[in-house]
Amino acid sequence: MDNRRVYLDHAATTPVAKEVLEAMMPYFSEKYGNASSLHAFGREAKDALENSREKIAKKLNAAPEELLFTSGGTESNNLALKGIAQNKGKGHIITCKIEHSAILAPCRLLEKQGFTVTYLGVDKYGTVDPSDVEKAVRDDTILVSIGHANNEIGTVQDLEAIGKITKERGVLFHTDACQSFTKEGINVKKQNLDLVSINSHKIYGPKGVGALFIRDGVKISSQLQGGEHEKNLRAGTENVSGIAGFAKAAEIAGEKENARVLELRKRLIKEILFGVEEVKLNGHPEKRLCNNSNFSFNGIEGESILLRLDMLGVACSTASACSSHSLMPSHVLLATGMKPEECHGSLRMTLGRDNTKEDIDYAISAVKEEVANLRRISPFWRK
Amino acid sequence: MYSKDVMEHFMHPRNVGEMPDADGVGEVGNPVCGDIMWIYIKVKDDRIEDIKFKTLGCAAAIATSSKVTELAKGRTLDEALDLSNKEIVESLGGLPPVKIHCSLLAVDGLKEAIHDFLAKNKRPIPDKLEKEHQKIKAEKCETGSHDHNDQ
Ligand SMILES: Cc1ncc(COP(=O)(O)O)c(C=O)c1O
Ligand code: FES
Repeated sequence: MDNRRVYLDHAATTPVAKEVLEAMMPYFSEKYGNASSLHAFGREAKDALENSREKIAKKLNAAPEELLFTSGGTESNNLALKGIAQNKGKGHIITCKIEHSAILAPCRLLEKQGFTVTYLGVDKYGTVDPSDVEKAVRDDTILVSIGHANNEIGTVQDLEAIGKITKERGVLFHTDACQSFTKEGINVKKQNLDLVSINSHKIYGPKGVGALFIRDGVKISSQLQGGEHEKNLRAGTENVSGIAGFAKAAEIAGEKENARVLELRKRLIKEILFGVEEVKLNGHPEKRLCNNSNFSFNGIEGESILLRLDMLGVACSTASACSSHSLMPSHVLLATGMKPEECHGSLRMTLGRDNTKEDIDYAISAVKEEVANLRRISPFWRK
Repeated sequence: MYSKDVMEHFMHPRNVGEMPDADGVGEVGNPVCGDIMWIYIKVKDDRIEDIKFKTLGCAAAIATSSKVTELAKGRTLDEALDLSNKEIVESLGGLPPVKIHCSLLAVDGLKEAIHDFLAKNKRPIPDKLEKEHQKIKAEKCETGSHDHNDQ
């Protein structure tokens, strides 16, 4: 084995692309104005801010005025959920069991504050059945929040079908699109979306930058009080360099790269499913993010395989119980009906821009080797 | 997160394997996260002559299993029973607090193997060991709340 380093954790975060870094650089020490200032320095910053807004909004088929910048996916989700709930005062929210903790935790808080929340189940692939959404809508339902693509297993939901229902029933529709933005089509008009959370660090932009699309006319309550930034909805001097980077990242993302990654991902899944005994693919076989793969290996534990691969330079992620502080397996895998012991040997490999075919082949052989090594130590493997 | 010694034992575990003609076998499961360890001993003149293990678990579980077998080999049964969780952890240069429970797995496995040996040979079982044996058998999976850092 060579000294290769293969980063296969792009669902966690991505490197900042060269073009993105270049687009950000002027806004640190050269065009450093405050976008709220009236002078030329301020106007430079304001221009960058508004150009960025336009570029990103376009990717969602939204109007620039409908996009608000935040500090990332977590803040966007919190603002969407709490902002709508607070504005309505009371009511019922529908979400699902496999949402990211940046959705589930605010929902739990809202429950404590008197709102009711329905957590819809998913099928074995992690798919939400739109008819379940329809059945769950009540007279007092104020919001449906279903994530576009899951961060662990990559399953993509049918937003259009859910959007039809929410429109018919007159409830607001939010999606956490942090994982899917620029990978899967998001069209706020076609999908009837009222709110969309996106962030920058999953698409080769800087960390700590995100946005929330809020359809024109939808009222939300601000969660950060202070200055009059972002139409009075999000106080705080805008992170102009970060936002410029976010816009550049959105601009350079494209179908061609998605298709390239998809081919590599297909190769990875095929080789592992055929080349390793007793392994299962978690998530949907087709309706999944182009860069996501997630496996469960029988008879071994995820943290062990992760650390062994790390020693070989291959960086992945696991949702096994042993890797969490609570020693509970992932809520996502459990929601798909997997038993705790099946979640044990889970391994997520998420691909990206810098991965080559050679990288993937190296990772495949590393996985084969280390799975075999760990099974040799395992009491559940007698071959 | 792990010490050099833990990583070393994790990457190159000692005494891995099974023992068809073992004199005592300990099979334990970690009540916290559901991991499994099997430990086999060969006893001669009340001394652990040979020892083997197999573990399904995290790096800490594998490393402590390996370390336990290393420390137990050659000891008398009484000396082996004295092996404490603390001793294992210290000899590995420490473990992160959330991983301390993994080291219990290995210590319990060894105790169970010795208990099995004594029981099979109809030998008196020390009260303390019998109590521990009952406790290990009774322990069931506990569940806590979920707190992965989602990414
Ligand atoms: C689906 C999803 N939502 C929200 C977040 C949180 O975003 P951020 O890290 O920008 O706060 C992430 C990533 O961690 C994510 O994958
Ligand atoms: S064996 Fe599960 S955390 Fe160590």
